[in-house]
Amino acid sequence: MANSTYVVAIDQGTTSTRCILFDHAGRLVSVAQREHRQFFPRPGWVEHDATEIWRNVERVVPQAVNQARASTDQIAAIGIANQRETSVLWERRTGRPISNAITWQDTRTAGLVEQLSADGGSDRFRDRCGLPLMTYFSGPRIRWMLDRDPVLREQAEAGEVLFGTMETWLIWNMTGGPEGGLHVTDVTNASRTMLMDIHGLDWDQELLDAFGVPRAMLPEIRSNVEVFTSTTSVLPGVPIGAALGDQQAALFGQTCFSPGEAKCTYGTGAFLLLNTGPDLVNSSHGLLTTVGYKVGDRDPIYALEGSIAVTGSLVQWLRDRLGLISSAPEIETLALEVEDNGGCYIVPAFSGLFAPHWRSEARGLIIGLTSYITKGHLARAILEATAWQTREVVDAMNADSGLALKGLKVDGGMTSDHLLMQTVADVLDVPVERPMVSETVSLGAAYAAGLAVGFWPELRGLRRHWHRAARWLPEMEPVRREREYGNWQRAVERTYDWLQHEDDPGT
Amino acid sequence: MPGTVQSIERAAAVLRLLAQSARPLGVVEIANALSLPKGTAHGIIRTLHSVGFVAQDSRSGRYRIGSGLLRLHEPPLDHNELRACAMNWTDTLAARTGEAVRIGVLTAPLELTVVHHVFRPDDSVQVMEVGRVLPAHACALGKAVLAYHPDSPALLRDAALEPFTPRTVTSGRSLLGQLSTVRERGWAADVEEFTGGEAGIAVPIRDHGGAVVGAVGLAGAPQTVCDGGRNPRPRLAVHVMETARAITGELAIRRE
Repeated sequence: MANSTYVVAIDQGTTSTRCILFDHAGRLVSVAQREHRQFFPRPGWVEHDATEIWRNVERVVPQAVNQARASTDQIAAIGIANQRETSVLWERRTGRPISNAITWQDTRTAGLVEQLSADGGSDRFRDRCGLPLMTYFSGPRIRWMLDRDPVLREQAEAGEVLFGTMETWLIWNMTGGPEGGLHVTDVTNASRTMLMDIHGLDWDQELLDAFGVPRAMLPEIRSNVEVFTSTTSVLPGVPIGAALGDQQAALFGQTCFSPGEAKCTYGTGAFLLLNTGPDLVNSSHGLLTTVGYKVGDRDPIYALEGSIAVTGSLVQWLRDRLGLISSAPEIETLALEVEDNGGCYIVPAFSGLFAPHWRSEARGLIIGLTSYITKGHLARAILEATAWQTREVVDAMNADSGLALKGLKVDGGMTSDHLLMQTVADVLDVPVERPMVSETVSLGAAYAAGLAVGFWPELRGLRRHWHRAARWLPEMEPVRREREYGNWQRAVERTYDWLQHEDDPGT
Repeated sequence: MPGTVQSIERAAAVLRLLAQSARPLGVVEIANALSLPKGTAHGIIRTLHSVGFVAQDSRSGRYRIGSGLLRLHEPPLDHNELRACAMNWTDTLAARTGEAVRIGVLTAPLELTVVHHVFRPDDSVQVMEVGRVLPAHACALGKAVLAYHPDSPALLRDAALEPFTPRTVTSGRSLLGQLSTVRERGWAADVEEFTGGEAGIAVPIRDHGGAVVGAVGLAGAPQTVCDGGRNPRPRLAVHVMETARAITGELAIRRE
């Protein structure tokens, strides 16, 4: 370890896979990135090709290492962070995926979720797994895949077909694949399946029975920070020191190690996580209870989470589907052509509404259209949608915790949007701060992996690396804030109960 | 008026030929169509290929109009896209040097607008400067851009520039002299020329085609940015140059 200079982080995200090298001071040294294809075979369905994603990992890791002119023996450890809840099944013998991975935004399990909720309500498993029944989580997805093919179910029961979220899939491939690949997951990813007992941190037989998921196909659940094993490919011999869901990784990267500390990451979606310490807090305002992180044999740290499904992906929609901008950052330029939203609001309930509403049957709308509205107003409404959704989640968090948030730590790609960050500060009425490294998902994975191998000695010391890179102060007048929030809430209400039949497009 | 340059005329003829052709053309076809020796035609095509104005079909080896030529029509780089591309690298620069980092673009003949700002990493209270307009002649960022701007000589030759501190360069002619030094060493500096107690070092940012689209620089107290003789530290300039190169790389990836 003496001559190690870097930690490698792999961030397997919703739209791209990134590899970033960090040095001992937690500074970013090199980045390589590759986007993967998004498949939309039907309204509401969103898939990824797991084989493509694995190939991208094989490419970006050496690229980033070469860019830093580093050799393998200078790499202390690899940490993995991944898009959560995206599920893939594959054959143990060949390593071939059974089908495309079904992503976290996919709503095909709506019928199944409704059916399961009919018997005991959508909160029937909340005490045990911390989550409401929603299309968002992996458990219903596994059931959906197995239900379609009796042969597949038999193979799963025999352990010949394996399940994994993306970290499981990557670790299995990095450690030999069909030749003895390690089939493991971590507590944060497992806490998003609805199959794990959130108290005992192991697969729960009652939940497995309720969802009809055979235990033999499931990976072993590990801590986030521990040496899993060494890799046999990509960077042969380098230990894998950490795996975390991307949002928990960002919590770690922002060094939110104390109860009461929170961060919000703006990417495809936005996710606000509040560290609640070793105490498991049940939400009565539509937040999720989830594992924050677990270091080795120590007690787990829990978190409350407000998940917003559509933020950055709304900007991508404007770019790719409507073609009004040619790159995502241009939305800010477009929005600055006008003074305000002109009375127009967009509620992007593309996959239903997530926190704090949890309405699967809601669908998106644009409201307040008049002939006055230009594309600049639409751009404003899109950025404001992200800000108001943040406000709703912050309100829920304040109500659950009984405390008022005094400032928000933000990170992620969308924090480069100056107008958006100012709008978030305006609607929350608290200062918004970005840390020196906005790639906190990767940084968190690197921190966790570095801790596992002793590259960094202890958790608390990592705080010294955190520095404020930017700060936005609220400027909006209170009267205007209240009026706009009221309009937003009325727009949200109008998205409810849109889908009524299982064969409606978009179901 | 000097005569026309024959090779440029010929290059224009090659481009016109390729643009009008319904299919990619080989070297011999191009040479014959324009009555050029094959070697001459080949030299022109390879040169146009190297600057991206001509593309080669990988299977047939024939040539067609390249995307670089089409990009001449493209709107200038979006400032917000520049910030998005730069963010990782400006963070690293601030973390490495311990100074505040800014990116500026020229928005009027002698006006520079700050489009990105990373705070000095000491967690002290600092004000976000995105949107602030700075006098280009009095700051390192501005000089880095002016050094490569085609209008600078005409604009500055006889200009009297506004002073902000006793150290502001107020003679356009002296500033032009400084700008030629900037071009030689690749970086610009100012020491208390706009604000007392602040010095800066800046480097131009080039896009994938080599055009200067803005500048990235650090700013801090003269005691930390400069050595004992009040000269900016070249070691810091090296970090800024690396940052500018990394941003250029990022811009190239984005445009692919």
